[in-house]
Amino acid sequence: MSPLLDARLTVDRGGFRLDVALTIDAGEVVALLGPNGAGKTTALRALAGLQALSGGHITLAGDSLDRTPPERRPIGVVFQDYLLFPHLSALDNVAFGPRRRGVGRHAARERAAGWLDRVGLSEYTNRKPRQLSGGQAQRVALARALAVEPALLLLDEPLAALDARTRLDTRTELHRHLAEHPGATLLVTHDPLDALVLADRLVIVEEGHVVQEGDAATITARPRTDYVARLVGLNLYRGHAAGHTVKLREGFTLTATDRLDGDAFVAFPPSAVALHPHQPDGSPRNTWPATIAGIQRHGDNLRVQLDGPIGVAADITPAAAAHLHLAAGQTVWAAVKATETRAYPAG
Amino acid sequence: MSVRAGRRVPAALLIPAGLGLMFLVLPLAGLLVRAPWSTLPQRLTEPGVLTALRLSLVTATLATVLCLVLGVPLAWLLARVEFRGRRLVRALVTVPLVLPPVVGGVALLLVFGRRGIVGQWLDSAFGVTLPFTTTGVVLAEAFVAMPFLVIAVEGALRGADTRFEEAAATLGAGRWTTFTHVTLPLVAPGIAAGAVLCWARALGEFGATITFAGNFPGRTQTMPLAVYLALETDLQAAIVLSLILLAVSVTILAALRDKWITSP
Amino acid sequence: MKARAVAALLAAAVLGVAGCGDDASATGKGTVTVFAAASLTGSFTTLGKAFEAANPGVKVTLNFAGSSALATQISQGAPADVFASASPANMTSVTTDGTPATFVRNQLVIAVPKANPEGVTGLAGLAKPGVKVALCAEQVPCGAAARKAIDAAGVKVTPVTLEQDVKQALSKVKLGEVDAALVYRTDAKAASSDVDGIEFPESAKAINDYPIAVLKDAPNKTAARAFVAYVQSDKGMAVLTAAGFQEP
Repeated sequence: MSPLLDARLTVDRGGFRLDVALTIDAGEVVALLGPNGAGKTTALRALAGLQALSGGHITLAGDSLDRTPPERRPIGVVFQDYLLFPHLSALDNVAFGPRRRGVGRHAARERAAGWLDRVGLSEYTNRKPRQLSGGQAQRVALARALAVEPALLLLDEPLAALDARTRLDTRTELHRHLAEHPGATLLVTHDPLDALVLADRLVIVEEGHVVQEGDAATITARPRTDYVARLVGLNLYRGHAAGHTVKLREGFTLTATDRLDGDAFVAFPPSAVALHPHQPDGSPRNTWPATIAGIQRHGDNLRVQLDGPIGVAADITPAAAAHLHLAAGQTVWAAVKATETRAYPAG
Repeated sequence: MSVRAGRRVPAALLIPAGLGLMFLVLPLAGLLVRAPWSTLPQRLTEPGVLTALRLSLVTATLATVLCLVLGVPLAWLLARVEFRGRRLVRALVTVPLVLPPVVGGVALLLVFGRRGIVGQWLDSAFGVTLPFTTTGVVLAEAFVAMPFLVIAVEGALRGADTRFEEAAATLGAGRWTTFTHVTLPLVAPGIAAGAVLCWARALGEFGATITFAGNFPGRTQTMPLAVYLALETDLQAAIVLSLILLAVSVTILAALRDKWITSP
Repeated sequence: MKARAVAALLAAAVLGVAGCGDDASATGKGTVTVFAAASLTGSFTTLGKAFEAANPGVKVTLNFAGSSALATQISQGAPADVFASASPANMTSVTTDGTPATFVRNQLVIAVPKANPEGVTGLAGLAKPGVKVALCAEQVPCGAAARKAIDAAGVKVTPVTLEQDVKQALSKVKLGEVDAALVYRTDAKAASSDVDGIEFPESAKAINDYPIAVLKDAPNKTAARAFVAYVQSDKGMAVLTAAGFQEP
C-alpha cells in the first residue's frame, strides 16, 4: 500500500535550498526535527500551500496537490502561536473550517461543539481567544485543525509557546489526540522530547536536507550528525575503522569492541568518560590528557567540557568533582572503556 | 491623564505638548468669546442654517460611505498585493492631500463637468450632470477625504498579522472570504478611525465643493460654504454657524469614539 | 496670512525709520501698504509700479483679496495705509482718515462663452428654461448688484449656483459649466480671450461704487495720501478705464 502522503519538497529561497523527501502513512505521526533555520517550517508551509514549491511534488491520498491553493487542500494546520481569530469565540474559531468547507451554520457549530468537548473545553465555547490560557488556546487550535477532518494534520512547534508545567499536561493530551487521528500527521519541532513522545518516526533535517531518519531507538543509538548526537546526549566522532581501532579525523585513535572496516562513527555517552588527576594505569584502553574548558550542572551530575586531542563531554558526580578539585583550565586525564563505545558504519 | 505613580512626565515633552494643545484650542476659544450669545437662539432657528447643516451631515456621510466602498479595497490592494508601480499608486492616492482643494475642484470639473472627459459622456448617454448637484458635493468631498481613509486603512492592514489570513486559507477560506471574515474584522478599529477622519474632513470641505458643485442653498450649500459667505457680510453670523458645525461634529465624533474606536 | 505677516514686518521696519526725520517731501518716503479689492488686481499692480517710478524712495506693497476679508483684516489691526474697496459697505466698517472718495465705478455685464451656446443677448435670455446661470452670492457686492439689476428688469432668473466671488462665477463660464454669468465688465474684459461680455441696459440700476481712503491708523500717511491722489489723477484714471472701469 502506498503511503498517504508522498512528497518531495524543493524550495529555493535567497540562497537557502530546502530539498526534503517525506512519506507518511495513514495514522502515522512523523516528527520533523532540526535546529532553528533548518527549513522545518518552510517544509510545513510548502505542504500547506503557503509557500510555493520550486520543484518536487506533493501527493496526498492519491491526489496531486502541486497546483492546489491552500484553501482547497485537505490539510489542517496548528500554528506555532495558534493564530486563533481574536474576534471569534472558541466555538466560531472551530466552526470556521467546516463553514468554509460547505457545512451549514448550525451543523458546523454542532460539529465545533463536539470537537471542543473532545479536547475538554466544552465550558469555554463562548470565550474569546484572549480569555483563554495558553494550554486552552492550544487545544482550541488543535480542535480547529481537526474539525475539517484533514487527511494530513500539520503541527508547527505545538508546545513551544507553553510554560514547562502546562507543556507536560498538554503533551500527554496531544499524544492521545494524535494517536486517534486517522490521517497522516507531521509534527515540526526542535524539541527532541516532543518528537520522542509524540512521533512514531523521526525525520531529522539540517540545512535543508534530511540527515537521518528512523524510529526513536535507532536514532538515539546511532546518531549520524553532531546535532543528533547532542540531541540524544552522546559524544560522536567520525573516522576510519580497521578492526577494533578507529582512526578519527582529529588524528586520534579510539579502540572499540565492535569490529568493522571502512568509514565509521564512534559514539559513547558522557557518563562513560572517567577523569583522573594523573595518567591511569590498568584496563582503560582509551586515555588522553585534556584541559577543562567548562563545567555545568547537568541533572544531578556535573557535565565537564574537555579540550584535547578530541573534544568531549564527561558527566561526573559532584563528589568526584570535589575530590579532583576541578576547575576550568586544569589538566586532567580522560579515560573511556572500549566496552562503552559503539562503532557503526558511516557509509 | 493618569500617570503611573512615581513616573514624572518629562518637561521636554510636557511643555511642547501643552503649547500644541493651546495652539489648537485657543482659536476655538476665540470663537466662543466673540459669539453673540444674546442673539444665538434666534440665529439658530433661521431656516437656512438647518438646511445647510442637514445637507452637510448628509453629504459628509454619503461621501464617507463612498470612500469606504472604494477606499477599503484600494487600501487592501496597496497593502496586500505586490504589483509594478505600487509606489507610484500610493503616491497618487495622496495627491488630493497636497492639492489645494480649489484646484481639486477645477480638476473635477475638467473630468466630470459638462465639457469634461467623463462628464460629457454622462451627459450625452444618461442626461446626468454632476456640477451644481448634491451628488457633485458628495463627489468633491469624497475626492478630498478619501486619502485619509485609504492611508489609515492601509496602515491598519500593514500592521495586522497576515498569518491570520494564512490560517484562514488552511481552513478553506478563499481570498474574498478571508477578506470579509478575517481581515475586515481584524482591522475594524483602523477602518473606523479612518472613516471618522474621512467624515470630519468631508464635513469641513470647502474649496473643492464650492468650485465643483457651486453654492446653492438647499442643494449644494454646505455649512462651510454658508460660513464663508456669512463672513462676507456678518462676522457674528459666521461665528454662530462655525460653532454649530463644531458642536454637532464634536458631539457626533465623541459619541462614535466610545462606540467604535475602543479596541476590541 | 503670509503676505500679512510680511506686510506687518515691513511696516514695522518702516515705522522705525520714518519716525526719525520730519523732512519728508509731499510724496513721503518708505513703504505704502495698499489693501485693494481683488477686482483691482491688474490695474493697481500697474499703478503701483508707475507710482514707484514717479516717486523714487517709495515702495508700494499691495495686498489683494475680497473687500470684506480686507475690511476684517484692517479692523483686526493689519498695518494698512490705503484701502480701496469694491463696495461702500465694506469701507464703512473701517476707520478712515477723512471721507472716502469714490474713484471708479464698475458695471455688470453678461459673460457668455465665446460660442454663446444659448444665444443670450440680454437679461431675459437668462430666464429661459435650460439656460444655466451663475450669479455671485448676495453677500458679496457683485451678487447684490446682480440682484438689483435682475429685479429692475423684472425677469425671474434661477441660477444653478451662487458663487463666492466674481472670479469663481467667471471661471464657471470659462470652463463651460454654465451658459452665462453676471460679472463685472472689468472681469469680462480681463478674460476676453475666453468669454464675451454682453452689455445690458438694466446694469445702470446696479452700478458699483469703488471708494478709496487713507486709513486712520496708517503708518505712512504722507505716502498714502500721495498714492490716493495718484490713483485719482489723469494717469491713474487712464489705467483704470483701460481695464474697463468707469469714471465716477
